[in-house]
Amino acid sequence: MKTVKTDTVHSFPPVSRKRKIRRLLYSAKAAPYIFTAPFVLSFCIFFLYPLISVVIMSFQSILPGEVRFIGTENYQALNNPTFYTALFNTVKYTFWTLLILIPVPLILAVFLDSKLVKFKNVFKSALFIPALTSTIVAGIIFRLIFGEMDTSLANSILAKFGASPYNWLNNEHTGMFLMVMLASWRWMGINVLYFLAGLQNVPKELYEAAEIDGAGTFKKFYHITLPFLKPVSVYVLTISIIGGFRMFEESYVLWQNNSPGNIGLTMVGYIYQQGLAYNNMGYGSALGIVLLIIIFICSLISLKLSGSFKKEGY
Amino acid sequence: MVTVAACLLLSGCKASPASDQADGTELTFWTFNGLHEQFYAEMVKEWNKKYPERKIKLNTVVYPYGQMHDNLSISLLAGKGVPDIADVELGRYSNFLKGSDIPLTDLTPLVEGERDKFVEARLTLYSKNGKLYGLDTHVGTTVMYYNMEMMNKAGVDPDDIKTWEDYREAGKKVVKALGKPMTTIETTDPNSFLPLVSQQGSGYFDEQGRLTLNNETNVKTLEFLKTLIEKDKIAVTTPGGNHHSEEYYGFMNQGGAASVLMPIWYMGRFLDYMPDLKGKIAIRPLPAWEEGGDRSAGMGGTATVIPKQAKEVDLAKDFLKFAKASKEGNIKLWTVLGFDPLRWDVWDSDELKKPNQYTEYFQNGQHIFSVLLDIKDEINPLYLTEDYAKTSDLVNRNVLYEALKTKSKTPKEALDKAAAEVKGQ
Repeated sequence: MKTVKTDTVHSFPPVSRKRKIRRLLYSAKAAPYIFTAPFVLSFCIFFLYPLISVVIMSFQSILPGEVRFIGTENYQALNNPTFYTALFNTVKYTFWTLLILIPVPLILAVFLDSKLVKFKNVFKSALFIPALTSTIVAGIIFRLIFGEMDTSLANSILAKFGASPYNWLNNEHTGMFLMVMLASWRWMGINVLYFLAGLQNVPKELYEAAEIDGAGTFKKFYHITLPFLKPVSVYVLTISIIGGFRMFEESYVLWQNNSPGNIGLTMVGYIYQQGLAYNNMGYGSALGIVLLIIIFICSLISLKLSGSFKKEGY
Repeated sequence: MVTVAACLLLSGCKASPASDQADGTELTFWTFNGLHEQFYAEMVKEWNKKYPERKIKLNTVVYPYGQMHDNLSISLLAGKGVPDIADVELGRYSNFLKGSDIPLTDLTPLVEGERDKFVEARLTLYSKNGKLYGLDTHVGTTVMYYNMEMMNKAGVDPDDIKTWEDYREAGKKVVKALGKPMTTIETTDPNSFLPLVSQQGSGYFDEQGRLTLNNETNVKTLEFLKTLIEKDKIAVTTPGGNHHSEEYYGFMNQGGAASVLMPIWYMGRFLDYMPDLKGKIAIRPLPAWEEGGDRSAGMGGTATVIPKQAKEVDLAKDFLKFAKASKEGNIKLWTVLGFDPLRWDVWDSDELKKPNQYTEYFQNGQHIFSVLLDIKDEINPLYLTEDYAKTSDLVNRNVLYEALKTKSKTPKEALDKAAAEVKGQ
């Protein structure tokens, strides 16, 4: 059938070109490829090609006009205290953001969805506005609030309660606290939004049925709300893990990648420092590959544990 | 869709015109400091007046600090979009000297014949294997800024402070009389540590490029700073970590400390951020380690470089020579930017004695350069190696922080640890 049609196409070129394009667009076989082409192309140019280059670069020493292969030297150099500091900081940061940015927005979303709460829209927008500000602007304000002088906002509040001023930005624990707080403040609204969307999927009849069976508020939450929120939670968990491991701005804005005692050095900050600030592209690439593998494994584990690979889904 | 995008891209490329012959040859200049732009704009004007047949149109692009250096190293790697002239800050400079094929033009001919008129330490700093690759913007002569109001109250005459021992004694008087510290010591920048080390002929590396970070002089110097803070209690760690933090400006402006050790280029910060100290600050040489010892050091710096891949290397070289190696250019470095220029033979010229905002602010403002001329031969060179950026960062981030701020390590332990990390990688 088809071959016959193409023959006719050849005999009437001007009309046929239009038709040919139309047929191509309407053909069930070609259309998907055409419509996904922009994405596939941009994926290949902006993702696949750089990814392959990074893998190659991680085995090279790269200087202007002097690129040579040096085997696994870049990977061997990973065994140094600064790398472990960066890795440990990143893991700690990711852990704390997960601990805060999943349960708290979930509970807030449930509250915001409840009929008992008034001025819902005010709260919703108040929670969401931080997500619209730039981390850089917000970070500078945070840095000033938590300045080390007695007159900085945080310290003057501490002083009201009779506590002595604190050197927030110069201490390992308070430094981590500031980064996690900045991230929590900023991402809270977005995660609340995800969970609110998830809550719309919970059938109201189930609650009524449960009430008839005599279930209390907590039981309803545990047995109905939570299971229905699982897909959303898995999604939020995955993007939070990725977001946590690739964090850069929060640390950069507080210390400009120059934190005392490396208390704010993250993996991405370390990549930036080595690759660009020290002009050590090969080593930076090796770090990037290691980070990629870590994120990949962590995401796989979280998906596996939450049962997302089972066909049944929720 | 793709074709449309491709068309847009192509037309975008065509849009950039190549017809600037009327205004002269176009040179691209990258800098991270908007102030430097003023200086170069002024020098282009002078150049075009002097050489009408070789007119220049300077295309200045001001990027943020990190981004400019990143762009420069990436463009050098890619071999595309390289500027004709670029400013490189000392902390990043050593990155561009890595490898055997240095991507920068040899600038030694620019100072040839007049080399003895330059402060040699600042040429050595930007040289590798005897070749100069960057022309510095200022000497960065380190001096002591005294708050004379506080010194007078405590009954101390800064002219009597000849050695660090004298400085310590004076500090004790200040603390006793005013209850305020004599000085502040940076824990996230090297300006309280490196000058003292350099005064004694030491540094992070020696002339042969060997790491000297944890040598005896450096350890003793760091111990000295620790003593000032802990035992003598005449110094405190700088609020905010360094002398460029908002916290410090406020602290100092309110008479928080009686003196501060910083380079000459710090004068601008006094003008901008510490208006209340106008007329109270006097500039003096550093105390020496022993009677007759060296009384200064050169700190910081921004070198102007010309990449080998630049399109107009020869023109860029001639222009740079005119802008930064000539007498006129060096005078402008002071009048426009307030920097102590590299050529000391202009230091006693009349232009540098004219009153301006700087001479008005400081007590001995009219005689700043007579102070500088006095100590110009007491500036020891620092030596750069490929590891300089990393070493300097380790000092700023770890060594000073661990030895002076958290006191989790002794000065020797902190320096040894940093030295091991530099060597290990």
